[in-house]
Amino acid sequence: MSPSASVETGQAAPGAGALPAGAEYALRLGDDALILSQRLGEWITRAPEIEEEMALANIALDLLGQARALLTHAGEGEGCGRDEDALAFRRDEREFRNCLLVELPNGDFGQTVARLLLFSSYQLELYAALRSSTDPTLAAVAARAVKEVAYHRDHAVLWTLRLGDGTEESHRRMQRGLDELWPYAAELFESDPLARDLVPTRVAVDPATLRAPWDAALGAVVSEATLVIPDTGWSPSGGRRGLHTEHLGHLLAEMQHLHRSHPGARW
Amino acid sequence: MTDSATPLAATGWPLWEVFVRSRRGLSHSHAGSLHAPDAEMALRHARDLFTRRMEGVSIWVVPSAAVTASSPDEKDPFFDPAADKVYRHPSFYEIPEGVTNL
Repeated sequence: MSPSASVETGQAAPGAGALPAGAEYALRLGDDALILSQRLGEWITRAPEIEEEMALANIALDLLGQARALLTHAGEGEGCGRDEDALAFRRDEREFRNCLLVELPNGDFGQTVARLLLFSSYQLELYAALRSSTDPTLAAVAARAVKEVAYHRDHAVLWTLRLGDGTEESHRRMQRGLDELWPYAAELFESDPLARDLVPTRVAVDPATLRAPWDAALGAVVSEATLVIPDTGWSPSGGRRGLHTEHLGHLLAEMQHLHRSHPGARW
Repeated sequence: MTDSATPLAATGWPLWEVFVRSRRGLSHSHAGSLHAPDAEMALRHARDLFTRRMEGVSIWVVPSAAVTASSPDEKDPFFDPAADKVYRHPSFYEIPEGVTNL
C-alpha cells in the first residue's frame, strides 16, 4: 500500500465511502466545476473591463451548468434523495471532493488566467476522453461541455500570450501566477483506487493518462508567451479526500449562506 | 487606489464596432460596440456579448476609428434630395410568393 492510500483510509472525511464509486467520481468532477464557477463569479463588478467581466461570468455559468448536471447525477447514483442543491449547499467542507487548485483565491488577474489555463486544459482532455464513457450521463455531459471548455481554454490562452508577452509588469504577474499555481496541477492527475476501479468498465478516465497531452499543450503555450514552466518541489493534494486548504471554508460560507439561512428560498 | 476616480474605459482599450450575421444568406448587421485590447479579443468579447442566444453564425469586428461617418451638419444635402424621388423605391413590384428576404 502506498502512503497516500493509508492516509486516505485514516483521514477519510465524514460521509466518505457512503457514495458508490460512480457517484463519487461524478461528485469530484461536479465539485471542481462548482467551486471554480463560484471563484470566477467573484470577478463580477471587479474585472478590469466590463467586457472581460462578461467573459469570466460566461465561463462561470458554463461551469455551473456542468456542476448541476454532475451533482444531480451523483445524487441519483447515491440513491438517498439528495438533489443538486442538497449536494451544493448542505455539505460541509470535508465532504467536498474538488481539487485544491479551484478553491484557491483568485489573486490578481494574472493568477486567475493562470488557473483557468491549467484547469481548462485539464478539463478539455478529461471531457474529450469521457465522451466515450460507458456511463451515458457522463458521456452526454462531456459531449456538451467539451465545446464550452474549448472556449474557456481559448480565452485563457489568448490572455496568457498577451500578458506573458506584454509589458514587463504583465509578464511578471503572469509568471507569478504560473509559479504559484503550477504545484497544484499535480493533484489533477493523481490516480487513486476509486478512479482506477472505474477504468476497466470504461466509466471513468484514469487521470494519470491525461498528464502527457496536458504537458504538451501547456508547454507550447507557456513558451510562446515567453514564460517558463516553474520548477516546483512540492505537489499539495488531498481535495479528493476532503482535505482542503483554509480557503474553501470561507468560499462555502459565502456560497451556502443564503440557502442555509432561508431553506427552500427561490427567486 | 490612486486611480479610483478613473472611469473604466480609461484602461485604454480601443472601441470596436461589431457586425453579426444572424443567418446564412443575410448580410452582417451592426449589433453594437465594445472595448477590447485587439481584434482577436474583440471577436471573443463580441461572441460573449452579442451571440449568447444563438443570434449569429458570423461576426465581424472593425475598429471604430476606421469608420467614417456622415456628419449631422451635412444632413440636408446628404439625405433630403431623396425625399421626393419616390420612383427609387421598389414599391411598384409584386414580391414573388415564398420570397421572404428581398
